[in-house]
Amino acid sequence: MINAVGRDIPEKVLQDTGMQVFQGAYARHNQTYKKAAPTVRGIVDPKESKMVDSIAEVLKKCGIKDGMTISFHHHFREGDYVVNMVMEEIHKMGIKDITICASSLGKAHNPIVPMIEDGTIVGIQSSGVRGKIGEAISTGKLKGYAIMRSHGGRVRAIEEGDVHIDIAFIGAPTCDCYGNMRAVGGKSDCGVLSYAVADAMYADKVVAITDTLVPYPNLPASISQVYVDYVVKVDEIGNPAKIATGAAKPTTDVRKIMMAEYCTQFVINTPYFKDGFTYQTGVGGASIASTISLGKIMKERGIKMGLGLGGIAGPMCKLLEEGLIEKLVDTQDFDLTAIESVAKNPNHYEITASEYANPMNKGAYVNQLDFVILASLEVDVNFNCNVVVDSNGMITGAQGGHPDTAAGAKCTIVIAPLLQGRTPAICTNVTTVTTPGETVDVVITDYGIAINPRRQDLIEAMKDVKLPFKTIEELRDIAYSIVGEPDPVEFGDRVVGIIEGRDGTIMDVVREIKPYEFD
Amino acid sequence: MNPNLTRLRRSMMFLNAQKPSLIKDPYIYKPDSIMLDLEDAVAENQKDAARYSLYHALKEIDYRGVERVVRINGLETPHWKEDIRVCVAGRCDSIRISKTESAADVLAVEAEMKKAEEEFGVEHGSILIMAALESCKGVMNAYEICTASPLLFGCALSGGDYTKDLQTKITGTGVELMGARQSMIIAARAAGKQCFDTVFTNLDDMEGFRKEVEMIKMMGFDGKSIVNPRQIAVTHEVFTPTEKEIIFAEKVVKEVDDKKAKGIGVFTVDGKMIDIAFYPGAKRTIEMAKAAGVYEGDL
Repeated sequence: MINAVGRDIPEKVLQDTGMQVFQGAYARHNQTYKKAAPTVRGIVDPKESKMVDSIAEVLKKCGIKDGMTISFHHHFREGDYVVNMVMEEIHKMGIKDITICASSLGKAHNPIVPMIEDGTIVGIQSSGVRGKIGEAISTGKLKGYAIMRSHGGRVRAIEEGDVHIDIAFIGAPTCDCYGNMRAVGGKSDCGVLSYAVADAMYADKVVAITDTLVPYPNLPASISQVYVDYVVKVDEIGNPAKIATGAAKPTTDVRKIMMAEYCTQFVINTPYFKDGFTYQTGVGGASIASTISLGKIMKERGIKMGLGLGGIAGPMCKLLEEGLIEKLVDTQDFDLTAIESVAKNPNHYEITASEYANPMNKGAYVNQLDFVILASLEVDVNFNCNVVVDSNGMITGAQGGHPDTAAGAKCTIVIAPLLQGRTPAICTNVTTVTTPGETVDVVITDYGIAINPRRQDLIEAMKDVKLPFKTIEELRDIAYSIVGEPDPVEFGDRVVGIIEGRDGTIMDVVREIKPYEFD
Repeated sequence: MNPNLTRLRRSMMFLNAQKPSLIKDPYIYKPDSIMLDLEDAVAENQKDAARYSLYHALKEIDYRGVERVVRINGLETPHWKEDIRVCVAGRCDSIRISKTESAADVLAVEAEMKKAEEEFGVEHGSILIMAALESCKGVMNAYEICTASPLLFGCALSGGDYTKDLQTKITGTGVELMGARQSMIIAARAAGKQCFDTVFTNLDDMEGFRKEVEMIKMMGFDGKSIVNPRQIAVTHEVFTPTEKEIIFAEKVVKEVDDKKAKGIGVFTVDGKMIDIAFYPGAKRTIEMAKAAGVYEGDL
């Protein structure tokens, strides 16, 4: 069946999953539903200790068995030890058919690949995957479908009951004996625990895993004791050097600075750039450069940002300290500056992933965004973006908050160099649609800027602005004139992955890769 | 006459001709000229590879009006003749002779270009020449060099080699380059040619860079050699006339045209005494403003 972004979703996938095809970014507005609920074991007897000696023992206590769904968060990023530690024990116990529902998975989790191959793991649900897990999925080694969800879409799936988590394993930088978890302090400080909150609230069993046990009560807690069944103390839950690094030096790449400058000029010429505006940006070189140059103009004009949202890095914290941002609202910390800021600055707040981006709650923070600055691997002439599948057809990225913020913001800006190496980033059809073009307003490249024709108001606002405006088709044509129009990536027939829209419908499917055949 | 002889050259950006990532689209940074280097940036055993890459870049890439200068290897090397063949076959816009020391060097290059032009059916005069002065002898012979060929549009100082020859070094003060800069600009202007300053290599010192560009503009130079796209915007900004300068130049041009018709030779504009001698300078200011995209008048 063809969906609203023109993708043909095979009937078999619809039958296997019971899912609907994507019908538009706002199609589910006003729909009602009943939330799912976990099975809770009441801990009435105050003599019961929640402390458990080992992962193996806690697995037994939680009743681990074949076919279960277990969950993890990705606040430790590439420094995470928790996923591998838990999976190793499950593997040793000979448990099969596990589905992992993680907020994201990275290269740090390459060691679970053999468990995909031997059937320990049969399902993966994540914002994205990288490295060898992506290869394993794209080469058809995972028995079930890999489901790729946005950050908001994951919480929605949990709250609507599309996925039911049997056991949630939550790595906590600090925790007390009764399960109050904080992201601040400890050896593996990650700033916030936003993505893990839904797991704690909706999983049947919740296990806190920490390497820093602190005296009771560990307050203010990111995740409260009332959700936690067991607490396990291990030696290390992560590698601090890979959880957060010092702030990246601002880029000196003139191409990125140029795109950042275009972005800033665009932003300040929209009607949304006024005192109290709301803004989210990423951590790429161009995003950070545009935050810095925007900060200068805010200072000059005496305009303050009311809200800075999302994954936070040093440059946004600097603006907060300088008084140019009223409040930072945080779901993930990308560097040590951000971790320090959320711990110390009273105007830097931690929120849950549901508050951040869940499309089916009663209004997420993303809905209040004026601007979001995003990146993309590919953008097509319908402004659809692909942030997950690379030019070899391999799953190698993450949706993150891309589709959520794009749908929420009044002005969604995607920055992408026209050419990614020798692959055109602006093309006729993206390999895979992850963010629908109806939610993308502006594409900024090093060769020019295209405004989505759906946004005649923005086109009108820019009519006297001296920026290199072009149509998206013109940008594509320039790209093709330089590197040629690439042949579409070739795939096999079998569907290995589902790109789930944030509302739970199917945006696109990813098929098994097919080795390139020379004529 | 080849119109490129007098084109605007505020910025001339060095790029290693062997590096595809550098030469694929430098025009997005909008330099006036790029200088595709076959000389110092390319290792001795990579000269062939660089020529190959250069040829295909010249043939395949649309540089969108940016001048394509190629720096060939010195006349003391075994490479320069083959370099010229590739430049001509690829039809670059100009050839930069490194380590130029005499009029004879320019003539030798021109002769070699002629041979290649015949070989590849390229019109003589369509490719221009510029001379890099990199030694005391070169600087001393600047006028002879600048007048050696009608195809030569200008000369450029190569500060690094020159200061070595002078037995000093680049100090950042500009003292060591003062004499060369003065001699060269005087010689170039006397020959009716353009003159370009040497590179500024400390990319972290953007303030120092700006000061140097301001100084060489004051001295009369046409432009600056650039080693990184970061330096382009500053250079163009310095070489862009101010609003005040543009308004004054516009008045001068209009008044001179008007007064000439009325037979008046000397008159005042904004309280300044003006005569026909101000005309070319005022015209140049307007041209510069047009090139920078800041002129909105009707001249």
